[in-house]
Amino acid sequence: MSTILQIIGGFLILVGSIFLFLGALGIYRMPDVYNRLQAGTKATTLGAMSLILGVGFLSPSWMMKALILIIFIAFSNPLSSHALARAMHIRGRFPKIYSNNAEEYDAYRKVEMSEKKEEVKS
Amino acid sequence: MQELSFANKLSRFITSWFFLMLVWIAFTSTYATQELLTGAFVSGIIAMFSVPFFTCCDLSLFHPVKIAYMIWFLIVFIKALILSNFDVAKRVISPALPINPGIVEFKTQLKTNFGKMVLANSITLTPGTLTIDVIDDVFYIHWIDVQTTHPEEAFTHIAESFEKILLKIF
Repeated sequence: MSTILQIIGGFLILVGSIFLFLGALGIYRMPDVYNRLQAGTKATTLGAMSLILGVGFLSPSWMMKALILIIFIAFSNPLSSHALARAMHIRGRFPKIYSNNAEEYDAYRKVEMSEKKEEVKS
Repeated sequence: MQELSFANKLSRFITSWFFLMLVWIAFTSTYATQELLTGAFVSGIIAMFSVPFFTCCDLSLFHPVKIAYMIWFLIVFIKALILSNFDVAKRVISPALPINPGIVEFKTQLKTNFGKMVLANSITLTPGTLTIDVIDDVFYIHWIDVQTTHPEEAFTHIAESFEKILLKIF
């Protein structure tokens, strides 16, 4: 029984580290901050979740703590990436756009600055 | 903030208490009586003070139909999370870097703040999309491979599968 758990745990940790590596590669290769956040958020979320779940399988007494950690990661990781992306846009770093029609491909640019800032206060 | 009736407050209190107690049991990982009693006491105090702030949920959350939809949402979400990781992996590994980024907008029908937050987080973790901002009911989404800039078509591409489940819950 414990051998099976160890195999599952080791496999999950391997998968997690592969996804974390791909996330790091994505952060290196992508052209601008938004695409880097895309690669970073998704890969690190599943990578960290899978890694922590693997640790939970390897030592079953930590399983419940691992599940709590997974829930916290699932909530906090997207929130932090959203905050970073929004801050970058308000600071005026617009996303890189390959299409010619830059205005149409950036819907957030037409939102007035006052409206964006107002959301911060409320 | 609107005044709450006593029944409303009690229902929120019980909900927060229940979730705090779950976290406590998960962290201590024992069922010893004194641990449970301490947990119930501490959770009770925290839930009491947090009634005005935890506005997301009350006892109606435990309706069986809603719980069934929550489990269904979890399945859809985990599937989307795994798919999105393979999507990102594919884009990162391929030498040509096949991306066509842009920001699109669409409207949601969700009313509660908590529902919007769950939808925004789910969108961030699904293939190729990242929530940048939510102003009232308009979502601004950074899309790594823009297929349409039309708000309604973008909505069917990105959010429809999540929203129709979330509308049942919140």
